[in-house]
This record gives sequence, structure tokens and C-alpha cells, in this order.
Amino acid sequence: MAVIEVKNLTKKYNGFTAVDGISFEVGEGEVFGFLGPNGAGKTTTINMLCTLLRPTSGSALVSGSDVVRDPNQVRREIGIIFQDPSLDDRLTAEDNLRFHGYLYHMDRKRIDERIPEVLNLVELYDRRRDFVRKFSGGMKRRLEIARGLLHCPKVLFLDEPTLGLDPQTRAHIWDYVLKMRADSGLSIFMTTHYMQEAEVCDRVVIIDHGKIVDLDTPEKLKAKYNETTLEGVFLKLTGREIRSQAGESAWTQWMRRS
Amino acid sequence: MGDFWAIYILWLRDLKRYWYDKSRIVASLGQPILFLFVLGTALSPSFKGPAGVNFSEFIFPGVISMTVLFTSIFSAISIVWDREFGFLKEVLVAPVSRWAIVIGKALGGSTVALLQGTIMLTLAPFVGIHLTPLIILKSLGVMFLIAFAMTSLGIMIAARMKEMEGFQMVVNFLIMPIFFLSGALFPLDKLPAWLMFLTRLDPLTYGVDTLRMAILGIHQFPIISNLLIIGAITFILISIAVIEFNMSE
Repeated sequence: MAVIEVKNLTKKYNGFTAVDGISFEVGEGEVFGFLGPNGAGKTTTINMLCTLLRPTSGSALVSGSDVVRDPNQVRREIGIIFQDPSLDDRLTAEDNLRFHGYLYHMDRKRIDERIPEVLNLVELYDRRRDFVRKFSGGMKRRLEIARGLLHCPKVLFLDEPTLGLDPQTRAHIWDYVLKMRADSGLSIFMTTHYMQEAEVCDRVVIIDHGKIVDLDTPEKLKAKYNETTLEGVFLKLTGREIRSQAGESAWTQWMRRS
Repeated sequence: MGDFWAIYILWLRDLKRYWYDKSRIVASLGQPILFLFVLGTALSPSFKGPAGVNFSEFIFPGVISMTVLFTSIFSAISIVWDREFGFLKEVLVAPVSRWAIVIGKALGGSTVALLQGTIMLTLAPFVGIHLTPLIILKSLGVMFLIAFAMTSLGIMIAARMKEMEGFQMVVNFLIMPIFFLSGALFPLDKLPAWLMFLTRLDPLTYGVDTLRMAILGIHQFPIISNLLIIGAITFILISIAVIEFNMSE
């Protein structure tokens, strides 16, 4: 049973095609990696799947609901950790979680149960009454993960969740996420630039210039392209040329315009 | 039902931020206090107000309106901050109707503005105005109306605003004209035609007039028409804000 079904999904921004007719499925409990150079269309795809951005054409179902026709149903079933921070740093850690719980229609009792659970998971329970602006980058990221999991989503989207974090924090973040999957059968859709992290994925997609280049398990990809690491596969498929942030900046422009 | 709790928590967030940041509460009272006590005292001897009110008394409702106006618009404009710092995304990916987001923000901003206005109202004895429970009750009602209208205006602008650079523009070309043209600091009956015309276009004019009626018992326009005008303007502004939020989807 697929929790994400994407068919011919396309997004164009004034003539620039950021995502070009991609199709794939993500199964229940699967860790699905979305890999590609900067500007390949990763964030644009996540934003369409999260109902923040309307596709130009094609369709996407998340947990059986269409992202365009039934956005609120999709929003209920997903948790998201964005590439950029999205906490209110003028509030405490607990305030941020409580805010999230109410926005996701959780009842008060459930919120009170879940807050210690998710804070313990990311080892921030002792800091629950501290203002978020006093947190380090890694702590903020962990709090965002706790928040994304608070309402027990079916699918968790992680957009470069470990960007700019030290190796210790990165290792911890993967521990939490894989523990969550083991406990609750959560499906995980993630993008990352760290190829060692992508090795934990059940399957990975390599995307470039808005198109899917290949999709398979890390082992099969390595065998197919005769490489010992995913990094080798990635470079073989996408080349060594340095990319601009074209796709991301188009998205940023859109966010600012709207 | 889910939307009701979303409105509640958006409202509560603005209140918490207000409560946590007490230095801002004090700082934002500085300017109105200067207007009230320095300008009020200095101009009192050369001012003959209607029904024998002196200048400090006359501008008292105007200065309260000013406090409410500034706080309302600043609260609403914080949406632009939320967009820059990413928090708006957290709200927009939540399963909440866009109208509930706008209403929650409008109620939060207006409650904060109402609290600031209420602090100013407690200064009444210092300008020689005696407050009765009825005056307080009426004033709270009128302050909330003004606050809700001005927060709606702020949200409508913030929904279109790209970044904080535009903020100074909003202050110079929106807040200050609204304040100066509202009759907060002068009577509206002996003005040249061009200025008379401009004051009638300012939505705050009708709020200040109603608040002056509530506190001092003097007014320029019929109270019923004041309330209708404010209500209609608020409805239009908030509807535009909701449409803007729906479009950005």
C-alpha cells in the first residue's frame, strides 16, 4: 500500500521548469531518499507534496488524499521538518509544541501526553521552559523534529534535516527518526546532501534538472553503476559541475511574492 | 471545531509574546505619554475646546486611539517577520482554514492593542478626567472596534508585503497619515475644505470621534454612522486579507 503516489508531477515558474513530470510511489514504513544537486527540484517537490505549492500539472496523493483537491486532509496526515528554521523563537519550546498541537486539532489531554514523549525522544525535556532563541542550531532542529512528530503523522517529510549540524547531532537525529519508524511504522520522505546518510534509505531517487535519473535501493544502484558508495553513483549520474541554486531561489521568490 | 481551536491558539500566541516582552509594553507607551503631557500641557492655554474641555482632555481619546493604532498595525505586520523567519510555513502547512488564520491573527493583534489602550486609559485622572464604570465599559468596546479595524488593515498589507524593508514606508505613508488626519489632535469643524475632505476618508476619524463621545461626551458625527462605517471598513479589509491568504496557496 503506497502512502505517496506521484504521477507526472510538474511545476513551472514563469517559463522555468523546476520539476518536470516525475512519477514515483513511496510505500508504508519506507524510508525514501530524494537526492539531487542544488536546484534539482527537491524542495519544490516537497513543497507540492506538503500543499504549500500548487503543481502546474500532474497529480500527487498523500495517504490517499489529493494535494490539490483535499489539502486539509493531506495536512493532517503529514509532519514536516523544513530546510530553514520555522520555530517561534520568542516562545518557549513547550509553547511551540502546544501551538502545533492545537493547530493539528489534538485534544488537550493528548497534547499533555505527547509533549513529554516527543521532548524525551529528542532529549530536550529539561529545556522545555526555555525560550527557543537561547537554543543552538542543533537543539532547534531537534525541537522541530519533536514538533513534526507530535501529532503522530503517517508521513514525515525531512528537507535536508541535518544541514549545518555537527556529526554528533546528525547521528542523534537519525537515531530518533529510525526509532520512530521502528515504533510506529512511519513513512519517511527525505532529501539530503550527505550520501552516507542516504545509505540508510530503503530506496533512493536521484533527480536532476527536475527529472528522475534513477530510482532503486542503494545496493542495486551501487551494483548497477559499479560503484562502492552512493556518493560515487551520485557523481556518476549528475556530473561534477557545480550547480546554482536556481530552483530554490525561484521558490524563495515565490514565498516572498505571495 | 478544529478552526475554533486554531483561532484560539493564534490569539494566545500573540498574547504570550506580548506578555514575555515587557520592555516593549513600556517602550511603546513613551510616545503617547509625551503627546499627552507635553503637547497637551503646552497647548492647553491657547485652546478653546467644545463644551469647555481643555486641550489635554480633548486629545486624551486621540492619544489612546494613537496607541491602539500603532500597536494594532505593528502586531499585524509581524506576519512579515513570521514569513522571513519561517514560522508562517508552520501555520500554512497546518490543517487550518485560511480564514481562521486571518481571524486568529486579527483577534490576537486587537487584544494586545486593547491592553495597551487600557493602560493609557488608566492615565485619565492625571488629565482631570473622571472615569466611571460606564465610561470604562464603553471605552473598552470602542477601543476594541478601532483595534480590530486597524489590525485588519495591517494584515491586509502584511499579506502583500515581501520583506521588512517596506516597513518604514508603511509607517510614513500609512500610520502617520491615519493618525494625523483622524482628528486625534485637533477638532474637525474649522478646517479648510481640502483637509476636511481628507479627514473624512480616514477610517480612524470615526473611531476617534466615537471614543471621544465615550470618554468626554462630545462628538462630531452621529455615533450610529460612525459604528456602521467602522464595521463596513473592517469587513472589507478582513475579507481582502482572507482572499490574499487563499491566493498564496
